[in-house]
Amino acid sequence: MSSTIVNFIYLIAGILFILGIKGLTKPATAVRGNTLSALGMLIAVAITLLDSAIVNFSYILAGALTGGIVGGFMALRIQMTSMPQMVALLNGFGGGASLTIALAEYFSKLGVDASSFAELLAPVVLPSNAFGVAEEGTVTLVSIGLTVLIGAVTLTGSLIAFAKLQGLLKKSYGLPGGPVGNGLLLLGACIALGCLIINPSQAVVVLTLVALALLLGLFLVLPIGGADMPVVIALLNSYSGLAAALAGFILGNTVLIVAGSLVGTSGLILTKIMCVAMNRSLANVLFGKMADAGEIIDADEVYAGKVTSAQPDEVAMMLEMAKRVVIVPGYGMAMAQAQHAVRELADAMESRGTEVEYGIHPVAGRMPGHMNVLLAEAEVPYDKLVEMDRINPTFEETDVVIVIGANDVTNPMARESEGSPIYGMPILNVDKAKNVVVIKRSLSPGFSGLPNPLFAMDHTLMVYGDGKKAVIEMTTALNQG
Amino acid sequence: MEILILLLALFVLSLFLGVELIVKVPPTLHTPLMSGTNAVSGITLVGALLAAGSDSSPMLVNILGFLAVTFATINVVGGYLVTNRMLGMFKRK
Repeated sequence: MSSTIVNFIYLIAGILFILGIKGLTKPATAVRGNTLSALGMLIAVAITLLDSAIVNFSYILAGALTGGIVGGFMALRIQMTSMPQMVALLNGFGGGASLTIALAEYFSKLGVDASSFAELLAPVVLPSNAFGVAEEGTVTLVSIGLTVLIGAVTLTGSLIAFAKLQGLLKKSYGLPGGPVGNGLLLLGACIALGCLIINPSQAVVVLTLVALALLLGLFLVLPIGGADMPVVIALLNSYSGLAAALAGFILGNTVLIVAGSLVGTSGLILTKIMCVAMNRSLANVLFGKMADAGEIIDADEVYAGKVTSAQPDEVAMMLEMAKRVVIVPGYGMAMAQAQHAVRELADAMESRGTEVEYGIHPVAGRMPGHMNVLLAEAEVPYDKLVEMDRINPTFEETDVVIVIGANDVTNPMARESEGSPIYGMPILNVDKAKNVVVIKRSLSPGFSGLPNPLFAMDHTLMVYGDGKKAVIEMTTALNQG
Repeated sequence: MEILILLLALFVLSLFLGVELIVKVPPTLHTPLMSGTNAVSGITLVGALLAAGSDSSPMLVNILGFLAVTFATINVVGGYLVTNRMLGMFKRK
């Protein structure tokens, strides 16, 4: 197979990827887009398998079988509430793939057939053009080094993100010195990268780079908690694409570069959207603390004697009269698996002629679009899911807002109290509605650690308890009423 | 060096194209966008196949290649399937 034909097929694959992502810009064309993209993958893989350099199919077959079974099993069995974990794992595997490709490329150029670890570490005599002539060699080495660095950070960072989202890892740990510790790790990795470029003949340098980068990924994500996860996942998504594009530079492979850079930008744009939605810089999310400004606000002072609680059937009576209701979901809805119950409540209201919409904050949940996927699973039509900027002006004409499992994204302090740690964060202005119902286990604070004055407002009713149970009780009462 | 410039041009232009494409994706589809682009980044499978299937290289290269094929296949198969599953839910009633 001539390389012209191969590259031509890669070009077609690249076009299919672009059309595939273009399809994702509208829900109606999204499924077709995904299929086009998969088709592009299929032809790119097929043409590569015809490459004459591939003579040994046993490792390929073993890898494809293992990966296919694991990937297929994960994709078909995962629950929609666990989708953030799934995406985190996929990011990790993407980083892992780029890392191992870069290492394979390095060791094949090194040409050591080591039978023991010690032999592997022994310096070898390399011809000066082992990685390519003059500048070409430098480019290959820089690409290998950067792919190793970013791939390894993505791998361990994503695994930690997975462990946190899955609840396997509850505490947050950090290096002593926080960002300084991470900075030192990065500095060490950069020094190893420099050594690799100057003298590529020592495998120990590359292995040091791998170790430092793996540690960096670990300690970068370990200190980051719950509500900041959407940013972390989007950023790791971007890294996995960037690593793929860099691997393309090692191999001189055009389709890797095109696909990798598309994924890289996608992740970066999502990262930016998430940061804007939290009114925080990326550096602040990665290295900063949230509640480090302003005087400490006493929760008792905010809530004392002002909070009104209600039973689900009392709320149902209120919903009977309502003309327009907006449901605001948060991570708590995912935790309680309440999406189907919420849809049923909305159905009951709609059958009585009430207009129902959903107000979705960009960072509600644990990854971009988390709430949308959950509600889509419960068969809520996507045109009912309204984004923040479009739903906010409608709250004044809304009779009842039902907040289920959301907290910080409705906190009016973000709008009103200058000096508050969350001041300036765009929120859903649910307090402008005529009535607000908050379904929540207790008055405990959200991720920001701040009390929410919304709960103490005159027109707010608190319904304590399990979200799913409370919503089902409301539906039952409404249907009987 | 000419090839490097070409690859670099491809990289930079793809970045710009990516920005133009992605900003048009509505927030509703952000999760499928992430899993879908994840599947696309499984294109590393192409590089992995070359590493795993080469003959002249030492055994270590084949083993690393095997790992790369496994990881990339998980990305491709898992990514496309789960995206397809999610998108199937985004249907108008």
